[in-house]
Amino acid sequence: MIPLEGQVRIPSGCAVSAMISKDGKRLNGESIIESMVPMHDRSNGLGGGFAAYGIYPEYRDFYAFHIFFNDTQCQKECMNLLKEYFEIVQDEHIKVRKMPQITDEPIIRRVFVSPMQSVLRHLQIDEKELVVRIVNRINAGLNGSYVFSCGKNMGAFKAVGFPEDVGRYYRLEEYEAYSWTAHGRYPTNTPGWWGGAHPFCMLDYSIVHNGEISSYDANRRFIEMYGYKCTLQTDTEVITYIADYLLRRQGLTLEETASVIAAPFWTTIDSKSEQEKNTYTYLRNMFPSLLVTGPFSIILGFNGGLMALNDRLKLRSMVVGEQDDMVYIASEEAAIRVMAPDIQKIWSPAGGEPVIVKVKEGAF
Amino acid sequence: MKRIFVKEEWCLGCHLCEYNCAFANSGLTDMVKALKDKKIYPRVRVETDEDGITYAVSCRHCTNPLCVKSCIAGALSIQDGVIQIDHNKCVGCLTCVLVCPHGAVVEDEKGIAQKCELCMKNSCGAPACVAGCPNGAIVYEERE
Amino acid sequence: MNFYPEFEVVRNDSRCVRCRVCERQCANEVHWYDEDGKILLSDESKCVNCQRCVSLCPTRALKIVKSDCRLRENANYSDQTIKEIYRQAETGGVLLSSMGNPNPLPVYWDKILINASQVTNPPIDPLREPMETKVFLGKKPEKISRNEDGTLNTELPPQLSLTMPVMFSAMSYGSISYNAHASLARAAEKLGIYYNTGEGGLHEDFYRFGKNTIVQVASGRFGVHKDYLEAGAAIEIKMGQGAKPGIGGHLPGTKAVGDVSKTRMIPEGSDAISPAPHHDIYSIEDLRQLVFSLKEATEYRLPVIVKVAAVHNIAAIASGIARSGADIIAIDGFRGGTGAAPTRIRDNVGIPIELALAAVDKRLRDEGIRNNVSIVCGGSIRSASDVVKAIALGADACYVATAACLAMGCHLCRSCHTGKCNWGIATQRPDLVKRLNPEIGYKRLVNLMDAWRHEIKELMGGMGINSIEALRGNRLMLRGVGLTEKELEILGIGHAGE
Repeated sequence: MIPLEGQVRIPSGCAVSAMISKDGKRLNGESIIESMVPMHDRSNGLGGGFAAYGIYPEYRDFYAFHIFFNDTQCQKECMNLLKEYFEIVQDEHIKVRKMPQITDEPIIRRVFVSPMQSVLRHLQIDEKELVVRIVNRINAGLNGSYVFSCGKNMGAFKAVGFPEDVGRYYRLEEYEAYSWTAHGRYPTNTPGWWGGAHPFCMLDYSIVHNGEISSYDANRRFIEMYGYKCTLQTDTEVITYIADYLLRRQGLTLEETASVIAAPFWTTIDSKSEQEKNTYTYLRNMFPSLLVTGPFSIILGFNGGLMALNDRLKLRSMVVGEQDDMVYIASEEAAIRVMAPDIQKIWSPAGGEPVIVKVKEGAF
Repeated sequence: MKRIFVKEEWCLGCHLCEYNCAFANSGLTDMVKALKDKKIYPRVRVETDEDGITYAVSCRHCTNPLCVKSCIAGALSIQDGVIQIDHNKCVGCLTCVLVCPHGAVVEDEKGIAQKCELCMKNSCGAPACVAGCPNGAIVYEERE
Repeated sequence: MNFYPEFEVVRNDSRCVRCRVCERQCANEVHWYDEDGKILLSDESKCVNCQRCVSLCPTRALKIVKSDCRLRENANYSDQTIKEIYRQAETGGVLLSSMGNPNPLPVYWDKILINASQVTNPPIDPLREPMETKVFLGKKPEKISRNEDGTLNTELPPQLSLTMPVMFSAMSYGSISYNAHASLARAAEKLGIYYNTGEGGLHEDFYRFGKNTIVQVASGRFGVHKDYLEAGAAIEIKMGQGAKPGIGGHLPGTKAVGDVSKTRMIPEGSDAISPAPHHDIYSIEDLRQLVFSLKEATEYRLPVIVKVAAVHNIAAIASGIARSGADIIAIDGFRGGTGAAPTRIRDNVGIPIELALAAVDKRLRDEGIRNNVSIVCGGSIRSASDVVKAIALGADACYVATAACLAMGCHLCRSCHTGKCNWGIATQRPDLVKRLNPEIGYKRLVNLMDAWRHEIKELMGGMGINSIEALRGNRLMLRGVGLTEKELEILGIGHAGE
């Protein structure tokens, strides 16, 4: 019997793609869907997905939960749990386009929620922490319910299928976002499961990732000390938690986070100025278990920007392109050329060197 | 020039250097055949003083050697800093044995003089006593 | 009662050239030369099979073999068991042994296999790519803090920095020789790692190696004073030792001579017997007080290590230590070596380091306090692959001592307690001590660790890991073979094929 996702560790190869407007211009999903077409062979039809930022401006103050339910019973159970902690602002179907390429769909709901202040006071935690805890509880504890997106003014859309089909299925051409990321999956150890497709999200962090990290269990066992549960046993999941832990819980900057995940080699650190040496040494000393080794190229999306990062040996391809206010990132240059045919400036960032793009202050 | 030096601090008095020397200069390839049931005539000897301190003694290859000066047959000569002996010329007067202040020139089994030639003339190519010392008490090195 | 000796000296007289090196080198006086018969003779009853004569015999005329003269076979009462009873019936004494437990108890390292990358991710070639083995040991704060200008406050509690995750574990000056200590100290300095004084103080000649020295404070407090504490890079409180959990150390008076007695600050010739407990530590809160007194004494400059033997409830003990203010926990497994221990204790008390380590690492993670301390494990780490497995199980670094002794020449004859070590290591007899030339000893230690570092890098590279941090606690890289469900559960690893 082929084990289900979460029962075994799942390595996978993949395609990633992203586009972002630094001016905060909102663009529909057409272009990002098309960018996945030339990279078709990097996926095997067992998972595709997208994350979009700035898509729910009228609900920007509420957490947008995207949830898969196996059946209405699960849905009821999960909604009851949510109602204990959140006000339900809106509960609706995510509109999809029926197509032969995408089958076996679960119930797919979008629920806008607002944490109850009384709960926060009672638990003595902030609202983000509450969201993390409840999402972890649902995903780890409630069979048949899976929250695959839970940020504000952003959302993930994913399914079993090729990414370009998944994009059409979710009618992404009807959404407008200032930042899009996309993922095509080539898992080698799963029958394919909707929840296991990427991006993987926690709060407004979304991760699309290509690679198979060798540090997985070291990272997992460390991060699980801090309340995270790696139920899917995928790299993407653990990297998302690492990002959440370092950025939100520890308050590191994106650059500092990159220097933990893809830390510079000691030989590189030795060649730096005294202050940089101190900083890098400190970060490696402080968070040794969050160094990620083995091949990866990841794009971390968040409200107001994204960060692309390669492993420090650059064992996975990743190229970046820039044109006017747009920045494009993809596993292959071909994908960027689909999104921006006339683009002039394309480069390949060095291993471990983060590419951080932020939308202009106030533009999103 | 590389010479043999002795670190008496590390000499264990095991006498292996003597046997390695005798074997190296025997011209034979098997130590048992070379040394079994024979009295050995090594060119290095382990001395023991009254305090029980042991140290190996062999030719120092002096820059101004008395042995060479005293040789009546012209058998001793300095070649590239190494004091060598030509056994065909040696007449066995043993004057060299008498004049050597270190006692490093000795009589061999045939009654003529013999001395350490740093294993340059045998198949070792480098001093066998040094290679065989178990505790690094004899070294072969360049010193100021 | 007389027995046929345990070993036989087999001398091939057709090869013996009468050089008498065997006679000169045997401190046990097994060999002697008979002038009349021009022959070498031996008294095998004195032989401990240390192989010194075998090793130095230039014509390979000697070998030592296990004697086959045995008491009547009995699967319950083995030859050794019976002879030990005879010995005790004769002497009325506690049996003494040295070095690690030699009995055929499970060695879990040998039942754990390491992963390698194929296809889905690439192995990394250590000859062509950087491969990092640097490790910091010490407490990590829960949270970062920033200076007023927003930059990171990069101050951390005191840390030890190691170029590779291996250190030389505690062996006291007294149990081992001056030259052995000199070799270890020089090697540690050269390698950028640490050696450990053990409970014997620090000889004044070795203060200059202070930055690579861990000074130990044990229950006897031998050799402990302010300068000693301040001389090292870390202080280790020794609560227990894998070879003899529950009892203190014992240096026989014959070894407490000259500088040894001076360094220990005890009268010459007196037995140095450390008490079983620290008499100021009868509980975990007392440990906390000692940890902080030592920190006070050294102005919080040095990390404090607490070394404990792996015993049944090691996980709970470690959890207590992790909350005691200690920076590092050293766990010593039941196969660890010793210069002298009661045989029954060495062979029957304690648990395997692999299980102890796995249990401790898991417990500290479950409690969310793994960052409070680093974990060092010891007790028979024999090779680079043992190191890799230990790190993957969750250790930050390993302690090695037996392997270090072997590098210096030890042949594991397990007779350290006699003080007549023919290899110049576990002895204080000047003629024997000089047999270990530190110039040679230190180079061999450096060679061994260099070799291990290369092997660690190759194993890491195979797994696609290019820094040791990413290996630590990475149990997915390990699989068991021939282990029970329970053993796998404790080790926290899958079975091969899973």
